[in-house]
Amino acid sequence: MSALFFQYLMAGLTYGMIYAVVGMGFNIIYNATGVINFAQGEFVMLGGMIAVSLVKILPLPLAILLAVLATMVVGALVELVFIRWLSSPSVLRMIIITVGISILIREAALLIWGQNVRALPYFTGSEITSLSIGGARMSPQVLWTLGACSALVALTTAFFRWSSTGKQMRACASNRVAASLCGLPTRNLVTASFILSAGMGALAGCVVSPITYTQYNIGTGLAMKGFTVAILGGLGSSLAAVAAGLVLGVLEAFAVSVMPSAYKDAVSITLLLAILFLRPTGLFAARVAYRP
Amino acid sequence: MHLNRYGQVGIFMASAAGLQLAAVAAGRGFLLTQMTMSAYYTLAVLGISLLMGYAGQISLGHAGFVAVGGYTSAVLTTLDLTPYRAQPLVAASQGLGLLLARPDLYGGELLVVQPLVACILAVALATLLAFVVGIPVLKLKGHYLAMATLGVGTIVYSLALGTQWLGAADGISSVPPFPLPFGASVGGPAGGRVVNYYVAVALLGAAMLLLLNLVQARVGRALRAIHGAEDAAAAMGVDTASLKLKTFVLSAALAALAGVFLTHYNGGIGPSEASVMKSVKYMAIVAVGGMGSLWGTLGMSLALNFLSLRGYFGAYDDVVFGLILVGMMLFAPEGLLALQPRRALAALRLRLRRREDGEEPR
Repeated sequence: MSALFFQYLMAGLTYGMIYAVVGMGFNIIYNATGVINFAQGEFVMLGGMIAVSLVKILPLPLAILLAVLATMVVGALVELVFIRWLSSPSVLRMIIITVGISILIREAALLIWGQNVRALPYFTGSEITSLSIGGARMSPQVLWTLGACSALVALTTAFFRWSSTGKQMRACASNRVAASLCGLPTRNLVTASFILSAGMGALAGCVVSPITYTQYNIGTGLAMKGFTVAILGGLGSSLAAVAAGLVLGVLEAFAVSVMPSAYKDAVSITLLLAILFLRPTGLFAARVAYRP
Repeated sequence: MHLNRYGQVGIFMASAAGLQLAAVAAGRGFLLTQMTMSAYYTLAVLGISLLMGYAGQISLGHAGFVAVGGYTSAVLTTLDLTPYRAQPLVAASQGLGLLLARPDLYGGELLVVQPLVACILAVALATLLAFVVGIPVLKLKGHYLAMATLGVGTIVYSLALGTQWLGAADGISSVPPFPLPFGASVGGPAGGRVVNYYVAVALLGAAMLLLLNLVQARVGRALRAIHGAEDAAAAMGVDTASLKLKTFVLSAALAALAGVFLTHYNGGIGPSEASVMKSVKYMAIVAVGGMGSLWGTLGMSLALNFLSLRGYFGAYDDVVFGLILVGMMLFAPEGLLALQPRRALAALRLRLRRREDGEEPR
């Protein structure tokens, strides 16, 4: 019984880590622009898909690196082509534009890769390799996912706290006008936030791909989970999003143990509505959920 | 000459009749099938036009409401209640005349819910769902409604796809026609194509009249005020949360109604009706028809849905609507009809000149 419990817990944490990374990606762009980027899930999909294509001709680490870089370029292009030159667009307009972008990326992926479900090879061992921890059996890929995503979260946090660019991005997030008056290149910082966010999503997409598989249309679901997580943690606050991601992942994993898996998505959306109803500022944060 | 709304709806009905006569005269009466379907889709799109174009709220889940309407009606009019005849609820409904016995394909007899009762229940269910979702979400700003409705749409889709008694991937078929007075019906044999077309057009005209009445009255002005500046509208005494909720619920009810009639017309419904892409399509149509322009949206919706249903966009259907959406929002956020090319060019030139002067454009 406790082994089974542990098994569900680990599965939940694996998915939760991915949701957390997507949620952080939302936060980075939200902080920079005040807009929710609905194409966030597509970055995760692109990372996985590009890596799967590249791994046929390149060693795995190099394929992942190139996939992440390529997705970062896509993220930069999205900002440069669609967002940058709009002068004070309304939230409605920005949402619709990012929704449209997500459709275009998805359709492009459908044209390039087709409807096939793809996966990267396991980083170590194969699908039948398993580790035994506390009586529960799990794939080493679970540890890869947990490790890589934790490292990603730690690195991003460090980047925002200590690096100069990170500090500039935070300044831009907290008051864009003041930041630009101080001579910060606010527009370039917004581009940087898209690049960073795309890269994070892509890496998460690569690491998790052997377990969850990748298909052209996984983006919407991931975006919704990521958004739930971002709200749950209080929009704009990154570490809280990580905690919220783990909570959601574990909740979902245990929900699947008692109800048909088709209803798994219902768990997160019900949670989202409940949170919006009861505590729109998020579980952990005291900050307001939206900026004036 | 400036026409009032009755005149406008009259012209619409007359041109719809003209189209029908032209289609039949050209020997292309079969086109009426897609014209009828696109009229029903337009019913759903009009509700979104009210929500998005007038109240400035985004819904990414209206296909979910269409499907809730369609599926509820389909289940109630196809589920055979004969085995449950003894149950008090079923017995009472039969006593009240809410049920209908009809022959099935194999000559047996089915006991199902009356289509009209099913329709009312379907719209009521969608309305309730919209209430439950709308109450928490509409107090908050823009992206919350977008995400929450996206979630609702996704759930409806995955429930429809994953539930055995909703037909899973196949959906529900052999939904009976919806009987109307004077022997007409929605759906039914192909011979009723012309009648069906006029039923759809009449429904659309009635909905249009209702919406025009709404937007040209106090409510419409309040909605536009919300779209323009929500805080200012609230300061002027507009109950913004309640008005947004009512608009959202009304648009969901219209979508459900469209779903009910579409299902009866097609004789069935499948999970693709609930897909997110459908919702995005509806949104793209409102964007191209013009924010706050019901007639523009109606025209664009009839045209684009028709082209899409006839398969003119082929495998690129989703791409076309994605491009429309992005393109419209980038270059003409108020819609094609509001586009003023000269002014846009002048603004662009001004911006380029500013950039040459080294000034950061804002």
